[in-house]
Amino acid sequence: MIARLAWKNIWFKPLNTALSVILLTASVAIISLLILLQEQFEKQFSSNIDGVDLVIGAKGSPLQLILSAVYQVDAPTGNISYDEAKIWMKHPFVKTAIPLAFGDNYRGFKIVGTTPDYLGKFGAKVEAGKIFSKNFEVVVGSEIAKKLNIKVGDTFFGSHGDAEEGEVHEEFAYVVSGIASPTGKVIDNLILSNIQSVWAMHDSHDYEETHPENPAHGEEGHVHEEDEEHHHVEHGEEGHVHKEGDEHHHDEISEEGKEITAVLIKFKNKMGFVLWPRLIAQNTDMQAASPAVEINRLFSLFGIGLQALEYLAYGIMLISGISIFIALYNTLKERKYEFALMRVSGASRSQLLGLVLFESLLLCVTGFVLGTIVGRVGLWLISSTTEQEYKMTFDPFAFALEKEGVLFLVTIFVGVIAALIPAIKAYRLNISKTLANA
Amino acid sequence: MIQTQNITFSYAGKVNFVFPDIRTENSEALLITGGSGKGKTTLLHLLGGLLRPKNGTISIGETEISSLSEKQLDQFRGKNIGLVLQQSHFVEALSVLENVVLASWLATGRKAEEKAKSLLKQLDLEDQMYKLASQLSIGQQQRVSIARALINEPRLLLTDEPTSSLDDENAFKVADLLSNLSSEYKASLVIVTHDQRLKDRFPNQISL
Repeated sequence: MIARLAWKNIWFKPLNTALSVILLTASVAIISLLILLQEQFEKQFSSNIDGVDLVIGAKGSPLQLILSAVYQVDAPTGNISYDEAKIWMKHPFVKTAIPLAFGDNYRGFKIVGTTPDYLGKFGAKVEAGKIFSKNFEVVVGSEIAKKLNIKVGDTFFGSHGDAEEGEVHEEFAYVVSGIASPTGKVIDNLILSNIQSVWAMHDSHDYEETHPENPAHGEEGHVHEEDEEHHHVEHGEEGHVHKEGDEHHHDEISEEGKEITAVLIKFKNKMGFVLWPRLIAQNTDMQAASPAVEINRLFSLFGIGLQALEYLAYGIMLISGISIFIALYNTLKERKYEFALMRVSGASRSQLLGLVLFESLLLCVTGFVLGTIVGRVGLWLISSTTEQEYKMTFDPFAFALEKEGVLFLVTIFVGVIAALIPAIKAYRLNISKTLANA
Repeated sequence: MIQTQNITFSYAGKVNFVFPDIRTENSEALLITGGSGKGKTTLLHLLGGLLRPKNGTISIGETEISSLSEKQLDQFRGKNIGLVLQQSHFVEALSVLENVVLASWLATGRKAEEKAKSLLKQLDLEDQMYKLASQLSIGQQQRVSIARALINEPRLLLTDEPTSSLDDENAFKVADLLSNLSSEYKASLVIVTHDQRLKDRFPNQISL
């Protein structure tokens, strides 16, 4: 009955109630959105760097190298010579070295030339079909397979570069040899082939393209330029491959003078982790960047912004607490007769105290529930944008139990504090005086 | 039945009231009259347990109410005393019926909804049951507060100036209603008033 009375009371002043609930909803929504975003963002970023100690790539921004090579979200810093990279890949310190060559995309999904180790790094298996073994065979990430409804045996043409609108390579079709198992990591949104496929596609591509168009290819541009000297020789080879057809790809494309985009290194000997960045920077045209270090740097940059937003949200929550306080305190003047009357009818002091507290808590719980929902709608909206642009999704149905639990307690605390003075006033109300002065 | 002995009261040590002893039997009506400032309302609040006397004892039935704790007094009041005040107050957010039901729940923990309905019907408020109290006329509001005072079948019905804001016709109606209902529910009726019209209606009187 007290609960029902509290419910009726808060709806009796709908504007006061709406103001308090809206403020609470806004603050809870912002905070829970931030909590979920931060948690899932960090989890996604951290899970993707598992098994990568160092990334070797072209000189430039180390953060850019990490973002492009590990997360596939930024443009690559450039290309490196495969021959030069191999020196490091075969170093005794190295446990695994996974080369990556970026080339084309299919409907915005990157086609990455690599080795089967790449799947292993993410803990992905080939769920259907088999791993790529010949040129132009690809393993498709689970998300892509789901979204584009791709099955083993399907064929498609890639578009050049990383833009969906890139020019279509109609010379060679990719054949889907397998579908990768879902991992929740970036690999779900990648199409994997062997490195030779990327070379083959672009060598012939280079030949057919007229050179003035090269700059339009963005980061791929200088591949073409550097490859120029080899064009005719290579073309001979390539031509051979393609003439002989897709039936027998046994003939490897020469690796000589070829380029790749980056190498993901996992060390056997952790000394490499300390020594290599300087060693590589001083002795080669390449750089070695640590994903852990770069991502920490990124988080701390983000962190300032997120922190500011979080403070803002708690500020809004403080204001909503004050708004509840003012609403309760103001109506107390009108409601003191009501309270005196309830006392006369047999209500105890503690029932009145409880009523006022309950009204405040009802507002807070309503605000919390709405805020949690609104926050998740926000996350879902963000997720659909990031999915399109960065192939990164957030799960709006996930719960960050600990942090959201704390948020709930904070909300309840605000409710109790806001109601404390009005509740005590109701508790200590002098009924005789109140009724006599009526 | 009520019995008081030598009760006195003072507000912050300034005004001192000494009240005559009161004694009523069950279903008996008592009119307490007196000019303003004589402590009529104070006496009513003392009888209703809203104030505690400085000296003396007040017994309602077998209970000496000044010996009760605050919480016990709240409960006792809810069950045994019905109050009708000069100005009616209600829980604004609740309907007329809910206000009456609330009084039964607060006193007994049970919602006497059927009883509240029949009581309101008896007081000619059948059509107003689901309205908010603020939508009713003063006279109707007064009858609602009578219904609320009677819902728990109290032993004592205390009324403070129940007729002062009513015209002659309505004043006598209310007086009849109070006297009839209190005898029907076997409650002692105490009316505090300066209204001369009631003096002829209730023979049992005390003047302060």
